[in-house]
Amino acid sequence: MRLKLGLLITAALAWGLGSAQAQTPKKGGELVYAITAETPNYDCAGSETFATLHFASPFYSTLLQFDLSKFPAVKGDLAKSWTVAPDLMTYTFKLNEGVKFHDGTPFTSADIKATYDRMRNPPQGVISPRKATFADIDTIDTPDANTVIFKMKAVNASMLEHFASPWNCVYSAKDIAADPNAPRTKINGTGPFIFVEHVKGSHVSGKRNPDYFRKGLPYLDSFKGVFTLQAAAMLNALQGGQVMAEFRGVSPAERDRLKAALGDKLRVEESSWTLNLLVAFNTEKKPFDDVRVRKALLMAIDRWGGSQGLSKISTLRSVGGVIRPGSPSATAEADLVKLPGFSKDIKKSREEAKKLLKEAGQENLKFVLWNRNLAMPYTPGGVFLVDQWRQIGVEVEHKQSDTAPYLAALNAGNYDVAIDFSNLFMDDSTLALAKYLSRDRSPQNLSRSIDRELDKLYDDHIRERDPAKRKALVQAFEKRLFEQGYQEPLLWWHRIVLTHKTVMGWKMSPSHNLGQDLAEVWLNQ
Amino acid sequence: MTLVLPQPTTPGAFSAALGKVGEFTRQQPLGAVSFVIIFVMMFAGIFCELVAPYDPLTIDFAAILAPPSIDHWCGTDAYGRDIFSRLIYGSRTALVIGFTSSFVGSSLGATLGIASAYFGGRIDSWIQRFMDVLLAFPLIVLALVVVAALRSFVVGGVDMNLILAIAIPIIPRVARVVRAAALGVRVMPYVDAARAAGYSNSRIIFRHMAPNVVAPYLIMLTAFIAQAILAEASLSFLGLGVVEPKAAWGLMLSGNAADFYREAPWMILFPGAAISLAVFAFNLFGDALRDYLDPRFKV
Repeated sequence: MRLKLGLLITAALAWGLGSAQAQTPKKGGELVYAITAETPNYDCAGSETFATLHFASPFYSTLLQFDLSKFPAVKGDLAKSWTVAPDLMTYTFKLNEGVKFHDGTPFTSADIKATYDRMRNPPQGVISPRKATFADIDTIDTPDANTVIFKMKAVNASMLEHFASPWNCVYSAKDIAADPNAPRTKINGTGPFIFVEHVKGSHVSGKRNPDYFRKGLPYLDSFKGVFTLQAAAMLNALQGGQVMAEFRGVSPAERDRLKAALGDKLRVEESSWTLNLLVAFNTEKKPFDDVRVRKALLMAIDRWGGSQGLSKISTLRSVGGVIRPGSPSATAEADLVKLPGFSKDIKKSREEAKKLLKEAGQENLKFVLWNRNLAMPYTPGGVFLVDQWRQIGVEVEHKQSDTAPYLAALNAGNYDVAIDFSNLFMDDSTLALAKYLSRDRSPQNLSRSIDRELDKLYDDHIRERDPAKRKALVQAFEKRLFEQGYQEPLLWWHRIVLTHKTVMGWKMSPSHNLGQDLAEVWLNQ
Repeated sequence: MTLVLPQPTTPGAFSAALGKVGEFTRQQPLGAVSFVIIFVMMFAGIFCELVAPYDPLTIDFAAILAPPSIDHWCGTDAYGRDIFSRLIYGSRTALVIGFTSSFVGSSLGATLGIASAYFGGRIDSWIQRFMDVLLAFPLIVLALVVVAALRSFVVGGVDMNLILAIAIPIIPRVARVVRAAALGVRVMPYVDAARAAGYSNSRIIFRHMAPNVVAPYLIMLTAFIAQAILAEASLSFLGLGVVEPKAAWGLMLSGNAADFYREAPWMILFPGAAISLAVFAFNLFGDALRDYLDPRFKV
């Protein structure tokens, strides 16, 4: 009996010790992961696709970052500490000392100022989708090399979270001064990894930054991001062990296939996703300048039925408005069904849609639906929309392009109707609503609409510090947006991430844009 | 001068044509069977609105991945679409792209082959070296390059650049064969006579030489329809051809089929069988036509 007890205690101790050792990060090794789209350029601040962040995040730092263990809390990255004035009008950041860019240039507060100035007041030829987000910054002062002070023109209750945005890669002031568009083609950050090479159509690779300012990090010697544009290629690579992870997300069927093949070797993590597919109409093109046509097309979509079916075969799942369903600011289902395009009585809704098209003289409407050539979930989204619109007699040609030409066409306004996306990194209304502001305020607005009523509702909501009143303003914004039908969410995504169990230290979150600097990732092998 | 194919304009000509069909069936029974398969495919492709039991694009989430049954003879796909109906509509896609690409590629190839043989000398040398360059690439690789380089240009629901991408690799292959046949025709006395009469080069090529290389042209045209169908299926499978939700056999094998083929093997079995059967039928018919038309095989 004593012997058995002794063995039991020894075994328990050994197990405990083993577990503790397993959780102690190991240094070295190369992480190879799949990136299912290739970035059109290297500029995080000018991009809206995960392809840029999964490519470039390991090379860059940001001022703050989200603490994924306590999401949505924020923590310092280049900022060592910070203070926020009680009136939310001044943000003072103390920066880490001794930080260097990969080219050896010392990092100072001037680099933060140059980075944020480029985003809020982009020079000629620079694309800045974050212009609206940082429009409330009045001045950026740099009293010394390690202090930066943001003074606001007006209150923005979510400003601190915006400083943690993964898109705000900090660039060298020297590089930006030489060429404001340098970050599009040149990588020079302060991040945990130094850029090694980008072989187009193949991979991006980086090696450990020995001078990284967060001591002891990164754990990995190097990483390689392999472009696997075809889902089947990505899954086969994951199954065969050629890649150890895919951090964006897979479909339920892909999860089941790999789970069956790899069993315990595979880690599956799931979460709702701060990401949706949008239907966007080019309001500068006829007949999509007519609100009746836009509304008719939105009212023909059976989102509730689509959610049931598409969630079985794709990453599309929840029906929601402009804020992630289930999050505190989201519109309740009872209110949502009253908005155009969200009715549960699809038969009645389609009858009304046909009437609207007839009124607009567009009974034989034909157009091209632009979509991204990404199998999941863009293709199911496109197939679904074509089917829905055929049911009110509209003929649609589905055109799928690679990410770069797709974004180029959408940004240039060379499209009729497109499947766009709202790629958020937190459930914040200032972030979510910015995409729908007038085009002259928000380059993210690919519908190119100008609506001063929406702009005013946004401005009013951003200044409002009472949560209930703020939510009411968000709902008023949503109502106006959907009644005008410039753009409207199709469905929200559900995130499923597969990693080999040897990959440690990576943290799951509701956004695939977060936690991709790989600084704390290590390999247990 | 010599017309190879009779023109059935009179009752006598019609009986003669029927007689030829009977002779072809007796001499080439496999060719006749393959012709029946092609005919069924063509009929289904032309009249697919009448033949298909369901709309090929209509999604039915209540019938996702349904196995073959009375309602859905070949089952349904991941969107609940009827696979049999999509196969029927897919035959239209395959035939339109297959036939048009093969016709364009073979006709251009034949024209270049005859011109190359007729002019000879440096022109022949330049054309043939260019054909050598094109021949250095396998058909599917060259089609991939062309389709990736050109933007999609859709007319009447058909991507013209996809047709061009498949037609271009066919050109040198047909040009080579037709040139060989045309070299023999070029030295015939009636070509010399036409030259002596002062006819233009284009008249000699198209009116006097072309009709005498119709046999190899027809054989190549038929054989390359199979190749073109296969190329279209391959390009669609690789995501460079026809785009969802259009019904196309190659496309039916890719996308969601790759996710669900274990649970729903019918998603790949039936389109795979359709591609195989079509390619088999066109190849067999091409061979039979060659055996029937080429006098050397009649000995």
